[in-house]
Amino acid sequence: MNNDPGLRSNHIMVELDRARKIYPMGSQEVRALDGVSISFREGSFWAIMGPSGSGKSTMMNIIGCLDRLTDGRYLLEGHDVKTLDDDSLSEFRLKHLGFIFQSFNLIPQLTVQRNIELPLYYLGWEAKESEERAIELARRVGLEERLDHRPTELSGGQMQRVAIARALANDPQVLLADEPTGNLDSATGDQILEMLVDLNNQGKTIIMVTHEDHIAAHARSRLHMKDGVIERLEGETDEV
Amino acid sequence: MKYNKFWRDVLLGVENLLLHKLRSFLTMLGVVFGVGSVVAMLSVGEGASKEALEQIRKVGSNNIIITSMKSVEEETETNQRRGPRISIYGLTYKDHERIAQTFPAIKQTVPVKLIREEAHLGERSMEIRIVGTTPAWFTIVRRPLLAGRTLSPSDFEGHSAVAVLTEHGARKLLATKNTIGENVRIGGNNFMIIGIIKSEGGKAADLQLPDQEVDAYIPMNIAKIYYGDITRSSTDSSEMKQVELDQVILEVEDLEDVESVAKGIEVMLERFHAKKDYAMSVPLALLKQAEATKRTFNIVLGSIACISLLVGGIGIMNIMLASVTERTREIGIRRAIGAKRKQIITQFLIETVVLSTLGGIVGLGLGIFIPLVITLTAGMPTVVTPMSVMLPLFISIAIGIVFGLYPAARAAEVDPIIALRHE
Repeated sequence: MNNDPGLRSNHIMVELDRARKIYPMGSQEVRALDGVSISFREGSFWAIMGPSGSGKSTMMNIIGCLDRLTDGRYLLEGHDVKTLDDDSLSEFRLKHLGFIFQSFNLIPQLTVQRNIELPLYYLGWEAKESEERAIELARRVGLEERLDHRPTELSGGQMQRVAIARALANDPQVLLADEPTGNLDSATGDQILEMLVDLNNQGKTIIMVTHEDHIAAHARSRLHMKDGVIERLEGETDEV
Repeated sequence: MKYNKFWRDVLLGVENLLLHKLRSFLTMLGVVFGVGSVVAMLSVGEGASKEALEQIRKVGSNNIIITSMKSVEEETETNQRRGPRISIYGLTYKDHERIAQTFPAIKQTVPVKLIREEAHLGERSMEIRIVGTTPAWFTIVRRPLLAGRTLSPSDFEGHSAVAVLTEHGARKLLATKNTIGENVRIGGNNFMIIGIIKSEGGKAADLQLPDQEVDAYIPMNIAKIYYGDITRSSTDSSEMKQVELDQVILEVEDLEDVESVAKGIEVMLERFHAKKDYAMSVPLALLKQAEATKRTFNIVLGSIACISLLVGGIGIMNIMLASVTERTREIGIRRAIGAKRKQIITQFLIETVVLSTLGGIVGLGLGIFIPLVITLTAGMPTVVTPMSVMLPLFISIAIGIVFGLYPAARAAEVDPIIALRHE
């Protein structure tokens, strides 16, 4: 593991302040996040851990601008996300975030190239430029030979590499990975993790949800959730 | 380059539709038949009204033609009698005078005597229809003059035995520009050929045209002197008829007065004729009737077309709703990556519009083909106008938008969090 502290800055990328997310469930209410305060620096690599129902997925959705807090504050690069409307949230995801999912979530009818180009399409890039960018990204993940293939013609590891290339297309500051190795065998999973570590070393902030210790061990920092609150922090946890 | 992006979106839509070829094709069919029937209906309607206009142009919309006709009673009577006989019937000189003097709305009237005789010019001979008339004929039945001149008032004053031949008759008798001034022998009388005129001839659907292909126009007073009022009913029969005027053609000054004048004449003739031995033809009334029929026809066909378009639209909506459900995950992925709601709406709307427009184009082909078949088999004239091409295309695009909006809106409402969990 390469923990070169030089690439990290003191710039805070993600900040949750007494974040609460409450879902109504019948007459009951579920406190998925019950007052979480944490900040992630630029260039950090966090693993969010915890049993199911601990609130880690909710935290991921909040950080990923897919969901809004009921209470408290969430600042992404200093912007208060709570005040944004749906279109602005989309814009935020498009420009600042990259997603990597457990089940890859590639669009089956599109080729590898078109899947990678998807964020660029919504950013309004020209066809030629996005093609060049897609080829470059495919090369970075070692799939330049597969550009014209459909996702169904690829192995799990290859699909996840396409997903990583797609997540990087818009050059986001923050990569969100939701159990990125959950559907892969351990050897392939390790390759994917290796890629994430590399990306982190190149300066990307990575937030990864996992429930496996040996996966989480690759991250610089670990955050354990339980019942909607932070149970404990591990690793580099230099809080300000 | 907005243009480029638009075509990329359309291409993407086409690709998505091609993933389910049969489904897309079946969905399209509703619009195909709808648009096809609209185009076919418009071309048939257009053809009919063009033909009607053509007819009215030939006959003259301001004209009324009254023709002498053996009454029904007379007809049965003559059939029962034996031996040579003379039937007396029809319009009289007095009728003509009365009509001309009674109605101020009438611009001019033309009395017509029709006689069938053999015509000879040099070696050639043929049966011809002699039309004894006045110069006014040529202002009511306007046809281009090919050579020479038409009848003039001086021909009447001078009782000149002159004749104007029609193009067809002239050709058959080998009369040309050079024969003008020569004599043609018609039924034992010599006439000097003074002109050759074009003729329409034949029937234009329901309307009897005043002129025929092989006519010879001679002054009314000469016709009266040479042939009298008693003539053979036809060249090959011994039956005789005594008819003063075979036709009266009149032109009404104002189009709006045509029907009231026709009514007035009807009433007047009824008073002076014991039997109904005449028939009145009002092209305008026939035209109006034809238009009314066409309108009914259009309403019926239009409703059928509308229903099939509606059904087509609903079919598209149904499939698109299914497609939205099927592609929930895709929508979630796109939304998570950063697609705005309106971009999702656009994507699905483009797919529906591509589907319906494609249906519209195929339907257009069908709609052009069907009238062609109708024209070839039923002899009905059909006309495909730019309007009957543009309208259905607009309709099919509109259908895509109208019936695509709801499924697209449903797609845009998909919650990315739930969609991504969707397996």
